[in-house]
Amino acid sequence: MSMNRSDNERVVITGMGCVTPLGWDLEQVWAKLLAGTSAIRPIEQFDASSFPTTFAAEVRGYDWRPFVRHPERHEHAGANSSFALGAGRQAWAMSGLDDDGALDRDRVGIYLGSGEGSLDFFNYVATNLAGWNAAKREIDTAQWATAASQQMDRWREIEQEPNMPLYHLAAELEVGGPAYNCLTACAASTQAIGEAVEILRRGDADVMVAGGAHTMIHPLGMTGFIRLTALSGRNDDPATASRPFNATRDGFVLGEGSGMVVLESLAHARRRGAAIHGEVLGYGSSADAFRVTDMHPEARGAIAAIRDALEDAGLQPEAIDYISAHGTGTSENDEQETRAVSAVFGGHAAKVPISSIKSMVGHLIAAAGSVELITCILAMRDGKLPPTINLRDDQRDYHCPLDYVPNVARDAEVRYALSNSFGFGGQNDTLIVARPPQ
Amino acid sequence: MLINLPNARETGMSRRVWITGLGTVTAAGVGIDPLWEAVCAGESKIRRIERFDPSGFASQIAGEVRDFKANKIVPKSYRKSVKLMARDIELAMGAADAAVRDAALISPGSQPDDERTYPATRTGCNIGAGLIAAELNELTYALATARDEDGQFDLGAWGRAGMNELTPLWLLKYLPNMLSCHVTILHDCQGPSNTITCAEASGPLSIGESLRVIQRNAADMCFAGGAESKLNEMGMLRQHYTQRLCTNSNDQPHRAVRPFDAEAAGTAMGEGGGLVILESAETAERRGVTPYAELIGFGAGQTYYPQGNSLEPDPQGRGLATAIRAALREAQIEPAQVDLMAPFGSGVPAYDRAEAAALRSVFGDALDAIPLWSAKPYIGNCFAGSGAIDLSLAARMIREQKIPARINCDQPIDGLNCATAEAGHAAIEHALVCTTAMGGQNAALILRKV
Repeated sequence: MSMNRSDNERVVITGMGCVTPLGWDLEQVWAKLLAGTSAIRPIEQFDASSFPTTFAAEVRGYDWRPFVRHPERHEHAGANSSFALGAGRQAWAMSGLDDDGALDRDRVGIYLGSGEGSLDFFNYVATNLAGWNAAKREIDTAQWATAASQQMDRWREIEQEPNMPLYHLAAELEVGGPAYNCLTACAASTQAIGEAVEILRRGDADVMVAGGAHTMIHPLGMTGFIRLTALSGRNDDPATASRPFNATRDGFVLGEGSGMVVLESLAHARRRGAAIHGEVLGYGSSADAFRVTDMHPEARGAIAAIRDALEDAGLQPEAIDYISAHGTGTSENDEQETRAVSAVFGGHAAKVPISSIKSMVGHLIAAAGSVELITCILAMRDGKLPPTINLRDDQRDYHCPLDYVPNVARDAEVRYALSNSFGFGGQNDTLIVARPPQ
Repeated sequence: MLINLPNARETGMSRRVWITGLGTVTAAGVGIDPLWEAVCAGESKIRRIERFDPSGFASQIAGEVRDFKANKIVPKSYRKSVKLMARDIELAMGAADAAVRDAALISPGSQPDDERTYPATRTGCNIGAGLIAAELNELTYALATARDEDGQFDLGAWGRAGMNELTPLWLLKYLPNMLSCHVTILHDCQGPSNTITCAEASGPLSIGESLRVIQRNAADMCFAGGAESKLNEMGMLRQHYTQRLCTNSNDQPHRAVRPFDAEAAGTAMGEGGGLVILESAETAERRGVTPYAELIGFGAGQTYYPQGNSLEPDPQGRGLATAIRAALREAQIEPAQVDLMAPFGSGVPAYDRAEAAALRSVFGDALDAIPLWSAKPYIGNCFAGSGAIDLSLAARMIREQKIPARINCDQPIDGLNCATAEAGHAAIEHALVCTTAMGGQNAALILRKV
């Protein structure tokens, strides 16, 4: 319970950074979110014009180099690593720790929820086809290996492992504390932040950099989600395609990018006179243990995660002033998330504003939760809630009867905000944040 | 600024955590027993690869898991789901089933008709995993339907029709969290669940996190460990790109991997799964199970080596030393109290030297007297599975008070106590299991005899 935690066990946020489809300057991204701006457009990275879904929320024109001090260490950085470097460096700069000569860098850890690298698609395909024995319907491995040695790129392949953004960020920040990457699908970066909080509470590190980085906007990533029928197919109108909680929603929209926070104990932050932007009060984590594809029909895993987070925060549901929804825009998620919130919050559910920024930036998959948590901090700071766009009165879903902050940002005093992330495979994670302690 | 705050264990708030079940799937077979027999007999299971023709690769040997399929061990009701399992997932399923049985638990997955012996909401699951490669025959069959008249791949044709050749749930075979997903479904674990993906450190970090989950009372029991198979075309290619594989011993595979030996020339591919059952001492006592050991210390640390881009380990092994020191501190023991170590011991010279430097910096002269033991010469590098397999063997060593045979080390580097030796009795009170990973993550775990 938070009231019993000492200042050494209370965890605060002292740095934030992001790279998103709406930009990579936190304040500008926030202003665009409050303005209800969609970043969803036809895909430019490859020719997706024949795909059943042709659009996404892409990060365009981004360069990681201006953010880093040691560009020579990242020459081979893949897309996820480059996003992580930009967001991580921003957060680190905001924390002021770079100029803290007293910092013990072996007590600074990193916990990321980053995805697998983006596939070197055309070389990969060419290699596979060169190794294909059509008569036997199988790969001739020796022939394949020869083709691979000619086609494939060593560093592109090494960057595929999901711990590479972590490797780059550690090399950039020169930190040697506890280091993890978790990949629990769409819940990954929320879980990373939650586990980083636990590491700090226990005193296993002084500072943790936590967040996620991911893109699946590549031909096979799109293919995988299209085959799952998870993506919106509203090719004629990408900007309105992401419709969380709307009765006409037809799937989520892929986004890409990274969100990062710097976490430390309240005692550590105060000792060094750091500016504090918020406190992480509660974390809950559960598994559906139900099915590979579907959420539990009573949303038992989501309910458990939300309840555990409230209990960890020492709060009653009525204390929560804002919920940043997982809100993907799939038929199932939005209905089950609404069910879970209703079950936990009871009569208060209708009074809590809930919004999904995925309506504007798409679904950053492993990185989604980290960016969403940052928006909760900014919502508390400014007393403004970002909207769920593309919600029309004549398209209300009776399964989703709550207040989703439709279309326009709203002024609201927020003392406590809750952020949900639910992953394919049934991993559920919830974080609760509060305004900076007085 | 080093702040040594008292941790939960030191303040007595922590719960004791036991290892009560071991489950391994390795080249030696399913379950800890065949692996234990092989290592006690000094019998390497590394062979020429049979699953595919390895002749196009410089390294052609591996610790391959043969004659194992998940459909042999899952109940009938779950057999349809095996179609959705990449090899990594199948290995995790095998390890989970073996661990449940070894711990004398009854789960809905192991004995569907009997009453279960643990509560779902108090059971967590942390299974480390790696990048899972798509099965190429299935994918390439689909890709081949999207070629133009010249035989070149046509992305337009792929988008219009080719992709429909893939089964709708294709993506779900390859998400790393599907190892945990299937295990949580089959064995009904509704507590905290995570998928740590830090190459070879994934398993020990998952075990460490499970320890923390139980210590903080978020669960009473966890399935913890990791599983991985890179024994496929892309896995082989990527491992060759890391330049860590032994390429000079294709004709004598059982001699190929030589941890800490002056003649070490690289490691061998392996595949495997290792899951242990971690349980709070009070719940384990309540059901009257005899633990293998108590898990008393855990630490993690990152190697940041400024010569970025090279992927060479830091020659001083600083991240690993950080992890080991943290684990010793939590265990509240002196370095000299460690009676056995199971380090990464891959047989990759630069990694071996870095690891030796890390151990030397922590243990000093005491290191010379502590036996080091590595499973890599027997089963190869099982990546995310390897650390949990090492921990399982260390736990078994504590129970048996015996160190299995050590092979392939005729000239130990740096005076390490790891020379070739027969299996023999040893008094083991404390054992250290540690791992370093490609990408710089390190983890250390300390076990104590109960």
